[in-house]
Amino acid sequence: MTAHADAAAPPAPAGASALAHAFRSNRTSWAGAVLLAAVVLAAVAAPLLAPADPLQQDILARLGPPSAEHPLGTDTYGRDVLSRLLYGAQISLTVGFAAIVVAVAVGGTLGIVAGYAGGLTDQIVMGAMDVLLSFPTLLLGLMVVATLGPSLENLIVAIAVTEMAPFARIARAPTLVLKEQGFVEAGRALGFHPVRIMAVHILPNLIAELAVMASLWLAAAIRTEAALSFIGLGVKPPAATWGGMIREGFETMLDAPWLALFPSLAVLATVLALNLLGDGLRDAIDPKLRRE
Amino acid sequence: MTRPPEDPVLAIRGLRTEFRSGRTWYPAVRGLDLTLYRNETLAVVGESGSGKSVTALSILRLLPESGARIAAGRIELEGRDLLRLSEREMERVRGDRIGMVFQEPMTALNPTMRIGDQVAEALRIHRGLDRAAARREALALLEEVKLPSAAQRMDEYPHQFSGGMRQRVVIAMALACRPQVLLADEPTTALDVTIQAQVLGLLDELKRSHGMSMLVITHNLGVVALIADRVAVMYAGQVVEEAPVRALFAAPRHPYTEALLRATPRVDEDTAALAPIPGQVPSIRAMPAGCAFAPRCPLRRPRCEAEAPPLHADGERLLRCWVRNEERIAA
Repeated sequence: MTAHADAAAPPAPAGASALAHAFRSNRTSWAGAVLLAAVVLAAVAAPLLAPADPLQQDILARLGPPSAEHPLGTDTYGRDVLSRLLYGAQISLTVGFAAIVVAVAVGGTLGIVAGYAGGLTDQIVMGAMDVLLSFPTLLLGLMVVATLGPSLENLIVAIAVTEMAPFARIARAPTLVLKEQGFVEAGRALGFHPVRIMAVHILPNLIAELAVMASLWLAAAIRTEAALSFIGLGVKPPAATWGGMIREGFETMLDAPWLALFPSLAVLATVLALNLLGDGLRDAIDPKLRRE
Repeated sequence: MTRPPEDPVLAIRGLRTEFRSGRTWYPAVRGLDLTLYRNETLAVVGESGSGKSVTALSILRLLPESGARIAAGRIELEGRDLLRLSEREMERVRGDRIGMVFQEPMTALNPTMRIGDQVAEALRIHRGLDRAAARREALALLEEVKLPSAAQRMDEYPHQFSGGMRQRVVIAMALACRPQVLLADEPTTALDVTIQAQVLGLLDELKRSHGMSMLVITHNLGVVALIADRVAVMYAGQVVEEAPVRALFAAPRHPYTEALLRATPRVDEDTAALAPIPGQVPSIRAMPAGCAFAPRCPLRRPRCEAEAPPLHADGERLLRCWVRNEERIAA
């Protein structure tokens, strides 16, 4: 922004720049961002950081406690837990991010269309979203995976289906306000197609709301992934996922508590990071909280 | 003001726009006839609820999809009835052949888009210009509406602009495709008085340089006096008097026009002399059987309440009043 911005003392601009501004001005969102960045970095650098092959079994060294060779111990098959944790982060984060991207894209689109079109379209779309919302997340995800069969793609689809309804709602509410705004009316008076009005004039004005929700729901997506993997409906073994590791560790909880402990801590840290980030961003862009 | 040639750009005939309340449709515009000639500025004047904004939205077919409909009439742009066009064809008319300037410049611009891009957008859609060409054209337009240092400011966002500057940008957007007709719905209401005069001057200048016709909708008679060639006074969804601007101000004939002029503050008269019009515009759900203005009219006669007056022609003037028409015939 140039000096004009200060001179005019207008309300902060909406959209991506508002998000950037909110981000800079909020300390908790910084803490969340740093923690999340660390998790993402660890996942990306897994091949460099991992001391061993995550799938390499060593029957002689099974259920080993943390040691110099295996910093977080070994599991039932003697696989290195740290390595599996790092590679598991790749899958958990990929599934989480991909599911959220799909949920935001589909849910956001439905919400904007419902809000903009109004009438019967609105009722049908939002009615369908309410049906989705009425199922407990895990039950719905379970139904989808059970129907489609467990695989990485189906896991993403399942999580996206469980989480698109909130995005539809989050997108619809500001659309109802925005479509009454002068610039939308002006766009119609300039002969713009409704799709263009929704994509170019409405979407950028609610992207901040969607982004904040996405960071909060990404935590839920990672939790759902862990939960579905925990009950065996996630990515197939032997691939490492956090949920799957917790489940395996759960079976030997009394003999080797570190097996369930470390992946649980990883889920905890990631979810905490995302919640801090999301809460911070939300507080910063919420006009009701901003004044205080 | 010379009489414009008989060459209507926009002709509204028998327009009836209705709104739904419960299960019944009530007319907000009742059989409206308006003609806009080439290079002419026609002002449509009336108080809130007289149907003037509904008329503008009807021309562009931008009424809300549910709860509003155009029940009858024709709206011809250069002989083509807009009410018969498909929505697709109508999109090509909006912004291209008919531009519109709205009342509220503070919200009329998208806060997430650069000014230059917003002006260029219509050019890219209607004219198919590429990015660079549309940008050059947008800059020319912003200079034409006298946006200071337009070359730098076209990359700024709306919140960096004052109300008057925004309205200039809005005007540039409406004019981008060189429309034949510019609809301006209360174009200066939200602006400071000093800025109002500037914007009106700009609109008048642009109308001349672009060879457009302009339909200005306002409740402000000062605006009318500044830029209109002809004035149509609307009351309860009908034109009650239509005349060249000088004739109307010099000798208003319809009792409502007279009352409206008496209720307008003037610099050369004491504001204490302002005469408010008693009563209010009838609700569209309870329209009187006779003349719609009769319940508030000082000249009211029994006939006025029984029978709706037609629009009588009197030279260049059109008048919808039993009493004044009889006076004219008697004289």
